[in-house]
Amino acid sequence: MKMLEVRGLGHTYRGKDGTHTAIDGLEFTVDPGELVCVVGPSGCGKSTLLRTISGLIKPTRGSVSLHGNPVDGVPSDLSVVFQDYSRSLFPWLSVTKNVEFPLRKLTRRNRTTRAAEALAAVGLDGAGRKYPWQLSGGMQQRVAIARALAYRPSLLLMDEPFASVDAQTRFELEDLLLRVRREQDTTVLLVTHDIDESVYLGDRVLVLSKSPATVVADLDVPLGQHRDQITTRSSDAFVDLRARVAGLLTSAPARVR
Amino acid sequence: MSLIGLACFFAVWEVASRTDLVPGYYLRPPSAVLPRVVTLLGETGFQRALVATVLATLIALGIAIAVAVPAGLVLGSVPPVRHAVMTLVEFLRPIPSVALIPLAVVTIGTGPDTKIVLAVFGALWPILFNTMYALDEIDPLHTETARAFGTGGFGVLRRVALPSAAPFVFTGVRLSFAIALAVVVSTELFSGGTVGIGQFVLEASAGGLNMDDVLAGTVIAGLVGLGANFGLEWLHRRLFAWSLPRGGER
Amino acid sequence: MNRLLRFAHRWIVFAVAVVVWELLTRAAAHPYFSPPSTIAEAAVRLWSSDSLTEDIVPGIGRLLLGWAVAAVIGVVLGVLLGRSNTARLALGPVFNFLRSIPPPLLVPFFAATVGITRMQLPVIIFGAVWPVLLNTVDGARGVDSTKVDTARVFKLSRAQWLLGVVLPSALPKVFAGLRLSLSMSLILMVISELVGSLNGIGYQLALAKDNYDAPGMWAWIVLLGVLGYLFNSLLLLLERRALAWQPRHSLEARALATGG
Repeated sequence: MKMLEVRGLGHTYRGKDGTHTAIDGLEFTVDPGELVCVVGPSGCGKSTLLRTISGLIKPTRGSVSLHGNPVDGVPSDLSVVFQDYSRSLFPWLSVTKNVEFPLRKLTRRNRTTRAAEALAAVGLDGAGRKYPWQLSGGMQQRVAIARALAYRPSLLLMDEPFASVDAQTRFELEDLLLRVRREQDTTVLLVTHDIDESVYLGDRVLVLSKSPATVVADLDVPLGQHRDQITTRSSDAFVDLRARVAGLLTSAPARVR
Repeated sequence: MSLIGLACFFAVWEVASRTDLVPGYYLRPPSAVLPRVVTLLGETGFQRALVATVLATLIALGIAIAVAVPAGLVLGSVPPVRHAVMTLVEFLRPIPSVALIPLAVVTIGTGPDTKIVLAVFGALWPILFNTMYALDEIDPLHTETARAFGTGGFGVLRRVALPSAAPFVFTGVRLSFAIALAVVVSTELFSGGTVGIGQFVLEASAGGLNMDDVLAGTVIAGLVGLGANFGLEWLHRRLFAWSLPRGGER
Repeated sequence: MNRLLRFAHRWIVFAVAVVVWELLTRAAAHPYFSPPSTIAEAAVRLWSSDSLTEDIVPGIGRLLLGWAVAAVIGVVLGVLLGRSNTARLALGPVFNFLRSIPPPLLVPFFAATVGITRMQLPVIIFGAVWPVLLNTVDGARGVDSTKVDTARVFKLSRAQWLLGVVLPSALPKVFAGLRLSLSMSLILMVISELVGSLNGIGYQLALAKDNYDAPGMWAWIVLLGVLGYLFNSLLLLLERRALAWQPRHSLEARALATGG
């Protein structure tokens, strides 16, 4: 069975000054254990896509199913990592408490061990008692990732997770994501506007058109399980693929409404 | 530096009263007032007045919190209720609580309940409005994050809205303490019948113009206000370290 | 239709409250809780009598004069203090103590020093100066370092610097302070006139109490509420115009301006 099935998904915002169709007729699926990157031009409706999948907003057309169940409201086995870590972490909770936040239903002891495991997985063993604002941006985003992982979601949604950190940190976090998802066998749908990142991280790359977004290509990434910032990025397969994605993005037809 | 400032303040005060710049009979020099502050604090009569005033202020503040925080939460999170009730609130809020003193004295009497009722009325508004505004200012991403982890409406209120509003509510409480104290003292000043610092100062100023006592009482009331403000600010920093402005963000 | 509905939504609770008040007080016939209709009658009678010129106008005059003097002192001193670390360190504790004195206690003090019939203005000034002063200090301190450097580069004169850069940057806080001071002035006007005055709104309020004239007391209370609302609204209007260049008010400024 597919982990995620998106069928004819469309969303139109109704504002005071007319309507705006952010996404239209999106079709794709994600298999269990896959890491799928969605790449598209800025403002093409990537965030709308994630919000409809996570049930935070109700799409105006089409359907989303998570392992066969149609999504209506926020599913209980899904978690999200937002771009803006400084706003998605709760500043009044310590790092550990932030990670424990979604784990309400567990016993106290299970909660503590889960949070400790998740923090260790992202390399933040010692930072549990600190507060988010005492950490650097990259470390805060690690906390957000740990929180999402501790929840053990069937599907992890990531909304431009590394767009607000510096380049060095970004490479570290990308490798961290590849490692933990290998270890924990998590299914990930990651949205980005960075072509290199989408190819480096993804098992598949979905290329979106300009707004209203539709899927213009669904590419397999034959780079194998083990990737490395230097050798992978300089390999021929990588270079070819990123050229193809870039070509698709620049030529992606803007549909006339 | 601060000590020099304080020393200068006392020096100016002392000189002003001794040189008859201001009639020395009225503006007693600190060399007379400060010792009186110390002896007053040792007198049981004055201690009772002090305790009565502080206790009334604290009770009023407690009641105001108990009323205003839930009310602010409702008004802040349920827009229809807010729109409906705001006109009434906007009408009641500008009424100075001291204007109600005469009416309260004739209806409720001159007991401690009068000053508490009036102080509650005055202290209500900063807490109510700060709670309401704080709910307006909650970061939507915080709410969205909580919802994405399957937190329901009540959970979001309890686990996100309340903690993120708490520092602003607390600021309201701090403002309200000063207001409650001022209203309590005003009531004591005007109605006379109830024990407290206000009444003490009133009697000192009326009964033979005992200016040492007037000034000493005023200084002690100022110290109470100062101490409470320091205490509450300290508590604010301890409880809500996360909400303080941090270096580099300015 | 939609606007009518919104209007009704805004006023219905208020109207119901007034009607319920009227019915309850009529039924109970309590000596001190007067029905709104009786209060309205008393208000018309009192406000159109000699009181208008002899009490209301002088009362408002004291309030506005005291507030204006406090505002000028507060802003001038606040800007200077805000830009001088030495002065702030030296005077900070003294000011902190003085503003912590519950302002009503100034009444007996000034009554004894300048006389019971002349103490109203000093009481208002002394009590109302602190919110403006402390908020202005805060605002003047908060001028960001880029602006400081820019001013240095352009070699601004001291006056240009204070009036053209520091004051505008501090303005949102100054206005927050002005609003707090205004409600403080109103409170001090009432209490100082209540305790000892030959005229004024507070004096009339005390008189109504001594005459057991409940509707009269209510009428004066309503007038004070109306005045408070009116002055605050006018100041808000002015603030919006003066701060039109500001993107929006900070939560802090709004939160600080709710006292009263």
